[in-house]
Amino acid sequence: MGIELYLDLLSPPCRSVYIFAKKNNIPFTFKQMEVLKGQQHSVGFGKVNILRKVPALKDGGFTLAESPAILAYLSQKYKTPDHWYPLDMKKRARVDEYLSWQHSAIRPSVLKIFWLKVVFPLYMDQTAPEEKLQEALEDLAIPLKQLEEKFLQDKPFLVGNMISLADLVAVTELMQLIAIGYNIFEDMPKLVEWRNRVEKAVGKELFQEAHKVILNFQDLNSMLIEPQLKEQMKPRLLKMVA
Amino acid sequence: MGLELYLDLLSQPCRAVYIFAKKNNIPFEFKHVELFKDSILGRKMPGGNNPGHSHEGQHYREEFGKVNILKKVPALKDGVFTLAESTAILLYLSRKYNTPDHWYPSDTQKRARVDEYLSWHHTNIRGKAGKTLWIKVLIPLFTGQTLPPEKLQEVMDELAISLKQFEEKFLQDKPFIVGSEISLADLMAIVELMQPIGVGCDIFEDRPKLSEWRNQVEEAVGKELFQEAHELILNIKELGNIQIDPQLKEHLAPLLRKMMK
Repeated sequence: MGIELYLDLLSPPCRSVYIFAKKNNIPFTFKQMEVLKGQQHSVGFGKVNILRKVPALKDGGFTLAESPAILAYLSQKYKTPDHWYPLDMKKRARVDEYLSWQHSAIRPSVLKIFWLKVVFPLYMDQTAPEEKLQEALEDLAIPLKQLEEKFLQDKPFLVGNMISLADLVAVTELMQLIAIGYNIFEDMPKLVEWRNRVEKAVGKELFQEAHKVILNFQDLNSMLIEPQLKEQMKPRLLKMVA
Repeated sequence: MGLELYLDLLSQPCRAVYIFAKKNNIPFEFKHVELFKDSILGRKMPGGNNPGHSHEGQHYREEFGKVNILKKVPALKDGVFTLAESTAILLYLSRKYNTPDHWYPSDTQKRARVDEYLSWHHTNIRGKAGKTLWIKVLIPLFTGQTLPPEKLQEVMDELAISLKQFEEKFLQDKPFIVGSEISLADLMAIVELMQPIGVGCDIFEDRPKLSEWRNQVEEAVGKELFQEAHELILNIKELGNIQIDPQLKEHLAPLLRKMMK
């Protein structure tokens, strides 16, 4: 049956898995998930991931969640080129370090900004308060500086001379904000160059393809959301702007 | 100059690193960091271009302090190689010292299970369990104010959801997260869940499966080592008597205000 990848390309972790699999010619069945339509709540998906999150992988009887785990699994199973997740202990540790750090340093802010800017209006039929967006953007300022000064420094990529899982996870995450109109790399030319370098290493076509949905986020406005789903999401959204 | 580990055993991830290193007889120099005493403001942490570690005369970078004040530990220094993030440190140690396979199995699928847990842990257990310490002990210590009971209830309710997911998805009916033996996943989980115990929030009460797992993890680690690592947190009430540097109080004020919201 082969590998099934349950992905919603609106989600940064899904994009990193998608790009990695495609780039490395890993055969898989793309199982389209639309989180904004609540598809993760289906009975079927519950069997793939009881936590109802994407990305999710199904390999025969084996199911797996969490993008860092999926990426590492694919790299190990398909023996992808070393630079993605180097065997060298110290280089590997640097990838691990980034993947761990980004969970609390980058991801929550990106998630929040995306939800406030794009998801909130979709569900609540009104825009989220601008101060909340600004607050979340400010929270990113220091982590972005750290990304540049601690992780990237003067190297072409985060871990060294070649692209790794760390770059993939980082760029797909930050593209979420760039795509919806936030120039987060303003005054940070090093990061701009790095982002371009990563796109080139991935391959422009694949990179653009993976980011098509998020780049066309305005199209989401015409998405029909079931009233029931709107009601379900309201408390969480209201909490974000409390 | 061998391996140096910068640890404060009040910190959950520090305990995981400490236990792992000790259990596997990894030789290291314990560099004691005391997060809530004078250390954070006065000492320089390894990492980046810092050549070393000295007690005097080095100024702590304001920016780093504000965000990373609690994330400066654990830290590893192996010659000129420095490393942060407990997950990365644990994995590095497991590889460098060739620790027994069960900690981080070479089997692709078992390994994936550890990775899966370690990733999920960050957003679902880490921080949530630790908030209890902040609400019951640290915020009152730093601000002189106790928080309303609803605040603690909020945290406990959130934690309850994560614990349910932990039991249903990760533990299920297995003795340990990955199967029949302890792994890094169990270690990261247990040290985090011991945090509320230290402040009197017994999350194992009324959770027999979780309680059994906790006992098994303690046994697998070794009771003596487990207790030793948790001595500080289990006696956290004593912290109430320490003098907090007023500069540190000021430093933490914005962070505390945010946590109190």
